[in-house]
Amino acid sequence: MTRTLRAAWVIARRDFVAVTFSKTFVFFLLGPLFIILVSGLAGGIGAQVRQGMDRPQLGVALPTDEIAPLVAAHKAMQDQLAGPVPDLVVLASLAPGERFDARAALGENRPRLAAVLGGSLAAPRLTGTTERVGQWQGMVATLSAAAREGVDTPAAVPITEIVASSAAKVERGRLATAQAGQTVLFLLTMLLAGMVLSNLVEEKGNKIIEVLAAAIPLDALFLGKLFAMLAVSLVGIAVWFGVGGAVVLAGGSALPVLPVPAVGWPLFLTLGLVYFAMAYLLLGSLFLSIGSMAATVREVQTMSMPVTMLQLLVFFFASYTVAQPGSTMELLAVAVPFSSPFAMLARAAQSAALWPHLAALLWQAVCVMAIIRIGSTVFRRSVMKSGPSRGKTQKRRWFKRATPVIDTRAGLAG
Amino acid sequence: MLLGIIDPDEGLRRTLGHERPHEIAHRIGYLPEERGLYPSMKAFEAIAFLGHLRGVPLKEGRKRARAMLAEYGLDYAAERQIRQLSKGMAQTVQLLGTLIHEPELVVLDEPFSGLDALNQGKLEGMIRALAARGTTVIFSTHVIAHAERLCERIAIIAGGKVPFTGLVSEARDRLPQQVRVELARDDGPWRNALPDDARQDGRFWHFNLPPGGVEPLLRALIEGEAGILSLSIERPGLHDAFVAIAGEAAARALADEKEAIK
Repeated sequence: MTRTLRAAWVIARRDFVAVTFSKTFVFFLLGPLFIILVSGLAGGIGAQVRQGMDRPQLGVALPTDEIAPLVAAHKAMQDQLAGPVPDLVVLASLAPGERFDARAALGENRPRLAAVLGGSLAAPRLTGTTERVGQWQGMVATLSAAAREGVDTPAAVPITEIVASSAAKVERGRLATAQAGQTVLFLLTMLLAGMVLSNLVEEKGNKIIEVLAAAIPLDALFLGKLFAMLAVSLVGIAVWFGVGGAVVLAGGSALPVLPVPAVGWPLFLTLGLVYFAMAYLLLGSLFLSIGSMAATVREVQTMSMPVTMLQLLVFFFASYTVAQPGSTMELLAVAVPFSSPFAMLARAAQSAALWPHLAALLWQAVCVMAIIRIGSTVFRRSVMKSGPSRGKTQKRRWFKRATPVIDTRAGLAG
Repeated sequence: MLLGIIDPDEGLRRTLGHERPHEIAHRIGYLPEERGLYPSMKAFEAIAFLGHLRGVPLKEGRKRARAMLAEYGLDYAAERQIRQLSKGMAQTVQLLGTLIHEPELVVLDEPFSGLDALNQGKLEGMIRALAARGTTVIFSTHVIAHAERLCERIAIIAGGKVPFTGLVSEARDRLPQQVRVELARDDGPWRNALPDDARQDGRFWHFNLPPGGVEPLLRALIEGEAGILSLSIERPGLHDAFVAIAGEAAARALADEKEAIK
């Protein structure tokens, strides 16, 4: 075992140095940074645009003396009403007996005008599309009633008792944290685990694989390559999160603040990192095994799409079960090795129990080792015997070797 | 299989007395037929890496690598990437990597292929030096002359079987000695004295040395006035032994390969 680990270390060290000290690694680091910058900019612009664009208007066409109370009531109540309250725009101030054509007003070129309040405060008439009327009629009724009675009238709920939180709020908030955690985990593994696919192509392309296979067990080769790529990924993540964090700090608290997960932020982030490593090792070991069967870069490229689909499937499965902790499906997502890190990270957000994490990590580690062992065995049986590019010739050659030729115990000198 | 790259389907495999060659990887060196180095590595790093794989600490490996490169007159190439080296240089670098951990057993797969005569000579020198140090060297080759010059023992592989394993001299002794006699006359009663397997090639006659020796035949030729111009009795070379042992099919394959090389 120590021999395998030592050999894996040799391989991992070589691969890590070869990747991180190459010019292409700079591009690797820069790629997601562009996304962070671009999405930061786009988010800021989008928010501004939405603020200006999206708030719909409620047109008002009421008798002159009723407009002021309504505007006052709107101003006083707009923060207390549920849902987004539209801006008020006075379309017409009606003299007694004057009529206003609400339909015509809605047909005019006013892009934000969504509905028109006509009639009188005593008998309000709301004109608009079915959805708008459905959404707003309660609010309009409340506003009209408040305007009728005067703004000074106390609110409908005179006594309020403030609680810091409620079970529903905590539950919903943690669900959001769980989903966010899963999404980040998924994005990172999808971005990074695919790299492992092509990891053996270089060695197979020339005869390095023969030298390596002659010197160290293939398990160690697989293990070393996997951990090297994990280390490369962690370097990437450290850089991206470092820069991302700096951008957030520089831009103030522009990002939504997620509710505190059940296990607390420090442990949640630690578990997130550990589960990322596990998800990476699990998917990576599978990809490495699949990729090791490929002889050329083209074959690897062809395989990368189904592999991405596989990752999506795992993510969907885990996120499907996130809202139902303890259900059979959720337990299944925990037990299936590939979805286990995702499901367990969601658990960390929702439940404070720690022992399931230890058990899950142990199980995932066992699965990683099993996949590596199976992958390297299949690799040795299929690829090493027939050779990557020489097909039958190579097979014959190895077969020749297979014949017991010489017992070297006695030496060859004769 | 000797190196542990593949496992036996059945039976037993022992290298230096161990059933798992990877456990004694530090005692074995292996040079594959084609270049097996990372193209972007520097020469001394590549040698140190190969040593690291077989248990030499990286720092020590780098030191040894530079010393070995200097010893073989390649110190100027130590900082060059493998992709910038010629085939002969890369082959030398790989061979140094194969030897950096001072193995007891060295396996070389077609080490001479693709090398020019100068580099072949250098490599022969290295192999001889290894053997002189007491290292066991096994190499495969299609060029019989290399095997004949360098090897003490050989194993002939043909059609997936090993029809012969033993000393080079044993292989050569498998064939009777070859007689070649040059005669001035074409025909005469002396012809009856020639063995049945005698082949005529112009003035030359070739045949195996008869069991009774060459003297009775010579007497008959002299008495029959055949006019002996020259006579030679030669031990068959390893090439002839190989041809005889591996059979015609293998010989044909060899001839084809020679054609291809030309």
